Amino acid sequence: MPKKYDVIVNNSWCKGCSLCIHICPKKVLELDEVRGKSVPARQDDCIGCRQCENICPDMAITIKEREEG
Amino acid sequence: MPSQEVFSWLRTRFFPHIWCPGCGHGIIMHAMLRALVALKKDKSQTVIASGIGCSSRMAGYIDACTMHTTHGRSLAFATGIKLAKPELTVIDVMGDGDCTAIGGNHFIHACRRNIDITAIVMNNNIYGMTGGQASPTTPAGSLATTTPFGAIDPSFDICKLAEGAGASYVARSTVANPIQAEKFILNGIKKKGFSVVEILTHCHTTFGRKNNRRTPIDNINFFKNNSVPLARAKDMSEEELAGKIVTGEFVNKDIPEYTDQYLALIENVRGK
Repeated sequence: MPKKYDVIVNNSWCKGCSLCIHICPKKVLELDEVRGKSVPARQDDCIGCRQCENICPDMAITIKEREEG
Repeated sequence: MPSQEVFSWLRTRFFPHIWCPGCGHGIIMHAMLRALVALKKDKSQTVIASGIGCSSRMAGYIDACTMHTTHGRSLAFATGIKLAKPELTVIDVMGDGDCTAIGGNHFIHACRRNIDITAIVMNNNIYGMTGGQASPTTPAGSLATTTPFGAIDPSFDICKLAEGAGASYVARSTVANPIQAEKFILNGIKKKGFSVVEILTHCHTTFGRKNNRRTPIDNINFFKNNSVPLARAKDMSEEELAGKIVTGEFVNKDIPEYTDQYLALIENVRGK
């Protein structure tokens, strides 16, 4: 079983710049057009590369390895 | 990355920060904090000095011993701190205008003295906070509010300047590669001597708007497509390198450090 990851976006810090959405190789994140925030729409596709976490200028994204069971 | 440890270095009551959405300064702050966490630095033993400008707001967001000083003079303050308490880790965060224009004199002399400070220069090619005036690092031909028909003066190469002035560690990275930036900052902090880490960042609000790079991702893609690693740049001709950004470690040498020599001199004069 491949490892699963949780993508946590801090909504009060996210400014909706869309860098994470473009940088993600698996297109996990999506922009909520109404609120102007990034939303992890396809969390199960996340491979845990942490590119979004490192590129986020607002430090709003945290990637956590999901604990089984 | 151990995010919890990175978060412990932040003054979270000031968040979300003041920088524009997508600004590269936040990426550099995160890279620097990861480097400090990896080096297991103590917050009470780490000094972060900054001058004036967008980049210099960074000192306010980091929960260490921070100091927001006068424009361009942050290196002078940092030098004083380092000489008074040589055991501290001193980091100086500067913008390109802060470093090469207003504080150019302080910068070259700090390089010459080779005092153990890590200078992180965030080069966004423009004076962003004051409305997008051309800075010494604005590339020739690009538009800014003070150069509406394109800049005609050639720009500074901060890495070559630091190398010529005698810094013991000089490296350049871009915000498109935060892991490389983190590695260079980590090496710079570890280095005993003056370290200059230039990180190219973007100001899509004032620079990108006039130069066809309007969104943050346009800028990141520009850096990805135009940066050349040092190893590959060695085999390329000058025409091929025109307009490219050479990244890598340019200088990494061991030369006598200023505070060591200063303390040795005091002991000598006192006759111990």
